Amino acid sequence: MSKIWLTFIEQREGKIKKASLEALTLAKDLASSVGGTVHAALIGDAVQGLCSQIAEYGASKVFLAESPDLALYSGAAYSKALAQAARDSQANFVFASHTAMGKDLLPRVAAILGAGMVSDATQVELQGEDLIATKPVYAGKAYKTVKVTGQPFCLTLRPNTLPPKENAESGEVVTVEAPTKPFLDFVKEILAASTDKTPLQEAAVVVSGGRGLKEPENWKLVEGLAEAFGPGIAAVGASRAVVDAGWRPHSEQVGQTGKVVSPTLYIALGISGAIQHLAGMSTSKFIVAINKDPDAPIFKVANYGIVGDVMEIVPQLIEAIKSAREA
Amino acid sequence: MEILVLVKHVPASDASIKVAADGQSIESAGLSFVLNPYDEYAVEEALKTKESKGGTVTVMTLGGAETVKTLRHCLALGADKAVRIETNGKNTDGLATSTILANKVEELNPDIVFCGKQAIDNDDSQVGPRIAAKLGWACLSEASSFELTDSAFSGTRDIEGGKESVEGTLPAVITCDKGLNEPRYANMKGIMMAKKKPLEEVDATPAEAKVELVSLTPPPPRPAPTILGEGPDAIPALIEKLKNEVKVL
Repeated sequence: MSKIWLTFIEQREGKIKKASLEALTLAKDLASSVGGTVHAALIGDAVQGLCSQIAEYGASKVFLAESPDLALYSGAAYSKALAQAARDSQANFVFASHTAMGKDLLPRVAAILGAGMVSDATQVELQGEDLIATKPVYAGKAYKTVKVTGQPFCLTLRPNTLPPKENAESGEVVTVEAPTKPFLDFVKEILAASTDKTPLQEAAVVVSGGRGLKEPENWKLVEGLAEAFGPGIAAVGASRAVVDAGWRPHSEQVGQTGKVVSPTLYIALGISGAIQHLAGMSTSKFIVAINKDPDAPIFKVANYGIVGDVMEIVPQLIEAIKSAREA
Repeated sequence: MEILVLVKHVPASDASIKVAADGQSIESAGLSFVLNPYDEYAVEEALKTKESKGGTVTVMTLGGAETVKTLRHCLALGADKAVRIETNGKNTDGLATSTILANKVEELNPDIVFCGKQAIDNDDSQVGPRIAAKLGWACLSEASSFELTDSAFSGTRDIEGGKESVEGTLPAVITCDKGLNEPRYANMKGIMMAKKKPLEEVDATPAEAKVELVSLTPPPPRPAPTILGEGPDAIPALIEKLKNEVKVL
């Protein structure tokens, strides 16, 4: 039995998303254990130059759909191209990363292929010939493990689940017919937030603030602490309470009805730790909580806690982190 | 304009979830179920669309008799009629659920379908885009803003580190994110009227799921917490941990 894995490689502006290489690495690990084959699919405009980089991470073939029409993402067009690549490559499994693009794209591909799908998997393994996948449900209040019973099968992998690993293969380029405009839906424009901001879900450190900050003006403490870790390291998050109060935009909310984050370090400032907030951050590697209420539920999930007023502690913590980094 | 909203009846976000002794399900006793929070934005967007363009709003769910409560809630908010699809306890996955819903969407033939970006129980975020692809419709998923003209739409969705603006043509499936609008509350008049609004119940037999449940487990336990101390005096101990254990400094 020789199974074929096809991994969608996401690129934006000609740059490969690291999370895609994580999904490719997972496919390579699984395929290697059963003598399977790993292919990749790449969609965009003038992106062929990326194929050699994809080969370094273990793709023996790269199915490439290239056209000026595909320069920006179109769910309608990309799903057609990826479904075609899945057919051309006779893929048993189609993997992608659970990014904004991946979670729009893969369900469409699954529908076109009539395939089953697991979204946001955090663990995937083979038991004999069976693919077994685990994913958080109820925003991580429980984990569901399923056995895949039909093929082809689609899966998105949560970003930051495993490190990408180089494992060079030939990376033969195979052309896939590119859909042409008009498309049913398409991205008109990318409206980037300020480019020096680290995306919440990709940050190694997330500093979040809650009601304990007392007033929106004090948010500079949260931002100051994030900045203290240095450029590109930390992102800022917020509790639902401060989002609902209008202090912060919803795009910063961490929790069950916001972003689910899993950074190396999560720092909760003045956040009590409501169940729906804990659901969004409790898979972080390390959690630090600063709160004046020693009984706050956030301390139950924190590796390290400091009891006290964030208004008093955070300014001094910022200085201490800066001097530790300079030392 | 014919407007359809797909909704789900789910445990509230403040519910504490316990895995049942069988390791296959959650303990439902004492759990409060609500309209999926993201579907609140879908219902609101549908009602706003009806207010500006005219037409009818139908809400539809797939689920047992207990989900009638959530459908009535949507009717109380202002939807005109409801459809409940009963699968008689048969197991469904994203493929089976979206196939049943897509068949019914095709039959109802709306101009636009709204749903939440994901249901907060399975967190799959599959159903909306799946239905669009199955029917060959346009889709805007995770809409954080949305505008409709007669036969086209535009909107935005959050991406890593920013937003993207999306355009497309009707018919379309729009999956809604928090921040899209401010959902209204049901008033007493709405609640009274909801009791008399039509609620159709139909049976459907799902196709065989492509996944088989192995187990449901509680999350891995967190390490025992350590309180480093009180006030700024505890900062040096924290710095030491960040440097030597967390290794971020």
